[in-house]
Amino acid sequence: MIETNAIPAFVNRGSFIELNGRERAQALFDKGSWRELVGPFDRMVSPWLPMQGVAPEFDDGCIVIKGKISGKPAVAISLEGAFQGGSIGEVSGAKMVAALDLATIDSRDGKPTAAILLLETGGVRLQEANLGLAAIAEVIASILELRQHAPVITVIAGTVGCFGGMALAAGVSSYVVMTREARLGLNGPEVIEQESGKDEFDASDRALIWSIHGGEQRAGMGLADDLVEDSVDGIASAVQQFVRAGKPAQHRSEQVELYRRRIATLDASSQIDPLALREQWKSLNSKGRTQ
Amino acid sequence: MEESQLEGENAMSGHIGLRGKAWFQALTGQNEAREHDDPASVLTADALIGDEHALFLCVIPNPGSRFPCVRDGQVGLDEGYTLAHRVREALNADKDKPKSQKRPIIAIVDVKSQAYGRREETAGLFLAAAASSDAYASARMAGHPVISFVVGHAFSGGFLTHGYQANRILALDDAGVTIHAMHKEAAAKITRRSVADLERLGQQIPPMSYNVQDYAKLGLLHQLLHVESPLEPNLSEVNEARSAIIAAIVDARKGPPDLGVRRESRAAQKSRSAGNAARALMEHQWKNA
Amino acid sequence: MEHIEFDYPNAQRCITNRAHVGVVGSGDMEVLFEPSEGAGAHVSITSSVNGFRDAWKAVFDRFFSKFDGSVRIQVNDAGATPGSVLLRLEQAVEALGK
Repeated sequence: MIETNAIPAFVNRGSFIELNGRERAQALFDKGSWRELVGPFDRMVSPWLPMQGVAPEFDDGCIVIKGKISGKPAVAISLEGAFQGGSIGEVSGAKMVAALDLATIDSRDGKPTAAILLLETGGVRLQEANLGLAAIAEVIASILELRQHAPVITVIAGTVGCFGGMALAAGVSSYVVMTREARLGLNGPEVIEQESGKDEFDASDRALIWSIHGGEQRAGMGLADDLVEDSVDGIASAVQQFVRAGKPAQHRSEQVELYRRRIATLDASSQIDPLALREQWKSLNSKGRTQ
Repeated sequence: MEESQLEGENAMSGHIGLRGKAWFQALTGQNEAREHDDPASVLTADALIGDEHALFLCVIPNPGSRFPCVRDGQVGLDEGYTLAHRVREALNADKDKPKSQKRPIIAIVDVKSQAYGRREETAGLFLAAAASSDAYASARMAGHPVISFVVGHAFSGGFLTHGYQANRILALDDAGVTIHAMHKEAAAKITRRSVADLERLGQQIPPMSYNVQDYAKLGLLHQLLHVESPLEPNLSEVNEARSAIIAAIVDARKGPPDLGVRRESRAAQKSRSAGNAARALMEHQWKNA
Repeated sequence: MEHIEFDYPNAQRCITNRAHVGVVGSGDMEVLFEPSEGAGAHVSITSSVNGFRDAWKAVFDRFFSKFDGSVRIQVNDAGATPGSVLLRLEQAVEALGK
């Protein structure tokens, strides 16, 4: 029999990244307390993908699980990064908006219901273009309604990361949890290279990518609230913590004066050193409070 | 018609933002940024619409921007936070007013896209966009009628930042008006299709179309306005637009402050039926969960 | 994209559970197993890859030579290899047993 201390730590820790979207969502809930809603057996598929010869997925790449986290009502909305890059289409977007709105209704009725968004996504599903984009606008609107009553916690674990319009969803969330492997940004390296050239962003330079979009940098910049190891227990624990914490005193996307000041002091004459910017922003807190 | 063909070509050749400026000036009588320290790319004005004061906002190209990637009218860091600041200023000023007196907020939209730049990503452009979206939505939720008037281009992150949180969206019915998730050329490269293929797909699949008349069929638009000279509107066209905006303000005030009308409109009941069915099923299952 | 259907009338063992396995990622597939409405088993496949009807038939013939459940099987496929398909089917059978 192999003794547990002979097994390397990375085998024991139970990687969260290796789980699919459904497993990730399930892992966050108190045992036996959860149920999936509008799951694959309901077959709510995209009407647009088959028209283009693309096989749909029975859950349209969006998994909604309702249950309890640390004994409190919660809903997890998880994007399957392996299906169409986790992109938002008509149905997956509608599922996300509906779940957020139902959590808001419950919260207003005296049952505060937190939402956990597991975002592995490139943003809009181009095969559904305007319906995907409209859905993202509605996701943002629904997060803004829910977060007044209960925390909205975005988890970005990788490997797809959170890009495109869904980065705004992360931006308006109450809390953002990231791993080192994860990335968060409005535009990914490929699209910047394509639109603005290789000098602007070399999409093959992995060190560059993580130095700007990676979890450690985002946390260091104060743009993510928690940097966690890639472990099921670690991420579940971070989520529980934020569910228990409830609404933050102020949301990041409301801190307009702070960020105006930070942007005003940016030296845009050349590319910005990410590490230096972390230090610069730490010294530009709102009214001297540490972030 | 030759003129609108030229318009279409001009729009694609980089005259983005000229329509925004033209309509902003026509509707407010102003064409300069209001505050000295606002970036030249964000026009704001307090102007009359009907018999009430409204906040008008527009993002235009600033070839002199210190950020190279916004010089063609892309929405970047300065633009996002300035929009957020100006909207919140109005929100705060009217916070103790009854709903019927909260000033309308009118976004004149002609934006090329979000800014595609390394500086922007480093400094967290996603949050600037989120902050602006937040401000507009917060104003809407507080009872301000938020109206978007798309007079040119409205693409992806640019539109999410400036305009897509409105209660009601109006658009010019014109070849130079495009609302979409990604420019044809970029979308063609990323999906490895030709532009012609994408255009063909757009004819079969309404949400993929680059034609604003097809966008109107999705149920997201409140009204399409027909105007003969979108780049240089004459007085009667400006008055027509003004009336349409006023009617949209009245309509917005009558309804709830959320975006439900985009699902419930007659066109949406057809074009967004799969999404609506998923929503209905979610409601049913949630109650029994 | 192709739709392919097969029937296995000899698969008659009553099944009461259902199972879902897999993800429609590149080179992968998802499958639903549910109790069949009538006698026998019925398979329907939606695949983004055309021209592999014979390969699908071979895989399912092999699967039903060992499995006799009266199931309705639905597959969404984005290019899974026959080996991967069999693996997913076996995972579904295991999930049925839980």
